[in-house]
Amino acid sequence: MKENMSVTVVGHVDHGKSTIIGRLLADTGSLPEGKLERVKQNCRKNAKPFEYAFLLDALKDEQQQGITIDSARCFFKTRKRKYIIIDSPGHIEFVKNMVTGASRAQAALLVIDAYEGIKENSRRHGYLLSMLGIKQICILVNKMDLVSYRKKAYEDIVREYKEFLSSIDLTSNCYIPVSGAAGDNIVSSSCRTKWYKGPTVLEALDLFDGEAPLKDKAFRMPVQGVYKFTKDGDSRRIIAGTILTGKISAGDEVFFYPSGKKSKVKSIEEFGRKNVTSASAGHAAGFTLTEQIYVKRGEIAAVKDKPRVSTRIKAGIFWLGKKPMETNKRYLLKLGTAKSGMFIERIDKIMDTSQLTYKKKKRIDRHDAAECIIKTEKALAFDISRDISDTGRFVIVDGYDICGGGIIKEALEEVPENIVWNEGKISYEERCRQLRQKGIVVWFTGLSGAGKSTIAAELEAELFGRGKIVYRLDGDNVRYFLNSDLSFSKSHRNENIRRLAEIAALFKDAGIITLVSAISPYREMRDFARRKVGKKEFVEVYVKASLKTCEKRDTKGLYKKARNGEIKDFTGISAPYEEPDKAEIVINTEKIEAGEAVDMILEYLRYDI
Amino acid sequence: MEHLKKLENDSIHILREAYSEFKNLCMLWSIGKDSTVMLWLARKAFFGHVPFPLVHIDTHFKIPKMAEFRDNLARDWNLDMIYGENKKALSERNTFPDGNTSRLKCCQYLKTDALKNTLNGKWPRYRMNHETGKYEIDKSNEPFTGVIVGVRADEEGTRSKERCFSPRDINNEWDISEQPPEFWNQYKTDFAPGTHVRIHPLLDWTELNIWEYILRENIPIIFLYFDQGAGKRYRSLGCAPCTMPVNSTAKNVSDIVEELKTGKFSNIAERSGREQDKEDGGGLEELRKGGYM
Repeated sequence: MKENMSVTVVGHVDHGKSTIIGRLLADTGSLPEGKLERVKQNCRKNAKPFEYAFLLDALKDEQQQGITIDSARCFFKTRKRKYIIIDSPGHIEFVKNMVTGASRAQAALLVIDAYEGIKENSRRHGYLLSMLGIKQICILVNKMDLVSYRKKAYEDIVREYKEFLSSIDLTSNCYIPVSGAAGDNIVSSSCRTKWYKGPTVLEALDLFDGEAPLKDKAFRMPVQGVYKFTKDGDSRRIIAGTILTGKISAGDEVFFYPSGKKSKVKSIEEFGRKNVTSASAGHAAGFTLTEQIYVKRGEIAAVKDKPRVSTRIKAGIFWLGKKPMETNKRYLLKLGTAKSGMFIERIDKIMDTSQLTYKKKKRIDRHDAAECIIKTEKALAFDISRDISDTGRFVIVDGYDICGGGIIKEALEEVPENIVWNEGKISYEERCRQLRQKGIVVWFTGLSGAGKSTIAAELEAELFGRGKIVYRLDGDNVRYFLNSDLSFSKSHRNENIRRLAEIAALFKDAGIITLVSAISPYREMRDFARRKVGKKEFVEVYVKASLKTCEKRDTKGLYKKARNGEIKDFTGISAPYEEPDKAEIVINTEKIEAGEAVDMILEYLRYDI
Repeated sequence: MEHLKKLENDSIHILREAYSEFKNLCMLWSIGKDSTVMLWLARKAFFGHVPFPLVHIDTHFKIPKMAEFRDNLARDWNLDMIYGENKKALSERNTFPDGNTSRLKCCQYLKTDALKNTLNGKWPRYRMNHETGKYEIDKSNEPFTGVIVGVRADEEGTRSKERCFSPRDINNEWDISEQPPEFWNQYKTDFAPGTHVRIHPLLDWTELNIWEYILRENIPIIFLYFDQGAGKRYRSLGCAPCTMPVNSTAKNVSDIVEELKTGKFSNIAERSGREQDKEDGGGLEELRKGGYM
């Protein structure tokens, strides 16, 4: 079977795209039998000169009736391969369709009218092709018959367009003087352009490279889904996705980004085939892992060479939305299978395709191309576009529709590699072993003035003296800095405790003996802390004293203020305190001293510490 | 990569995107060759499973044996099978075969209206109970927001203008001129409440590709496509009163592949045996704008 190649034909309106396509189809003998003759006959009947562009219209008409091929996808063959021509309308309103069509092409023919010269869409289409990642571009300087096949007319356009292409980091070595109407240099070399020694259009197409050798690049597969169909009696847990570049084999160590998790490929899965051992670029693949790590849609699977991870990128973007793109507006970015909210942080420059200049603007209008800095809400895994284009580009969704696309030029301020919770290399147990202690949380609860902080401070000093690594998180202290935004309403108290519990859990995880003293009046939040830290490492100490005693002590003078109404929501007076019902230790400070309390706790903890 | 393999991979990618992005997803299965290939591709995409329901719009005028083929395959492949119908039009005999309306109106009632109201859940859906093998009224009437459809760009003009993920508005209508761009395998997966998205995994396949793939994969296909000895076969399947067979002696899949390769049908539309396309000029385009597949 012959190789297939999709080619798009672009260019300014009326520069002769349809004529060239008609010529290619006719001169390669790719039209249905008798078609050319019938169209010519029709022209004679209607007394109008025949044009090759009519062939395309005729095909379109037939297609309306359901006969023959799709005009948006014409075919012709050479000895080397089969070409599929994706027709792209040149009218400015159809840029959306042009992008849709051209993005599927592997090569492009860009048509410029030698007589009319380079126009806005000649440049815009060139720019869009480069953005879309189509690197094989052949420029056809058309209508040479209208400029008497003058070498200078051709050379002027070549020079001017080359200059433009180099300004957007693009090159093309292929500039062909042609006439679609007269058939010069389309399929065979023309004697009217003897000064031109290069290939014909057909030869130029055959010189293009076929499929890019994507298999040789680093392995990249955006995870589309993790499938488990246990209900149907299938116990496999399959990571599925389309491989964009590279190759993966059973036994490979595979990494997932941005999470940084890793595992090993156990098997490559394929429906109806057994003993498949590898899969490569282009395959809609699936594999299982030896270790069941939690991986989800949106991550990029990689082997060896890792993608970048960041929340800030420098990108080149093009905008197709009706509404202009604004800074400070939230959009959705989709890259591979990942999605994240995004903002334009800064617009560096906007290219004016009609004047070939860059200009400063505060917004990106429809059909503009711009360079800007994008900030994403979530960390993204990606590659730089020039390294691996498939994972170096994204689309932007405004409302419900895709409105723009972008290619990543630079990763700014990379997020450290292991940003998401991951297993890491060091476990809690290993940390504890090294520190020769067990990371735990001792949580002191009780009314204000019951003695929580006093006992906690004593305990801390005692443990420290014994060479332990210990740290005290005091409710009041934490409210000074981390929780300075919180009041004493129930929801804020709960948030206060939630944050304390989160920090305590981290400290514990680091292997530290963590002492938390906070009124923590609500049972629900103390239970949350217990769950967060883990039952085995959580010790609840109820520091008990009656309200009357606490009020009498009033070490901070707060009860007095609360009674006078100067403090709202004061626990015991104007806010509730829910007594613990499952505290590991209860210390009645009306009966025992702080020192005795410390002993009690140490006794309880001895085994643990 | 070989062309059929590439088509297969691209279609699987689209099916997986649809499965991840649409909570209420279904696949329309007409029992014809295209949607049966699509069903096969779904089994490939999900490693032998089809994790969404298949919806068949039953006009009750389908060529006999189609429902039988449907139910057999549904049982063999453990498919979540649903059918919908226009009960009112059928009971009032407001159909073309009953002589009470035109072909086009009949299509409108039995297919377009039935499809619309089955998808949005306003009319009852009938779901196969695999234990009894019988259909029961489905408890769920949640609208489907993603609908996988097996249309191909080369079938006829309007279909070549489709995107892979193509939005339909609240009235099930399709605005050809206002379609969002689609590139880099990124599709329209966000949509306003009340609207839905049609997903077209077979857009790039040709009639020949379909048959070559059926041959290669050995996909079970209803016998109506083959000549049973009378020198005729169906090239496109629909309702019995409005579907005409073509002259052909192709008796199996490889015969059909050979026949298509000779170019015998290159100047005859695939749907030329479908009478409703011919009425009113552009009948199908109008039907499609209103929600027809």
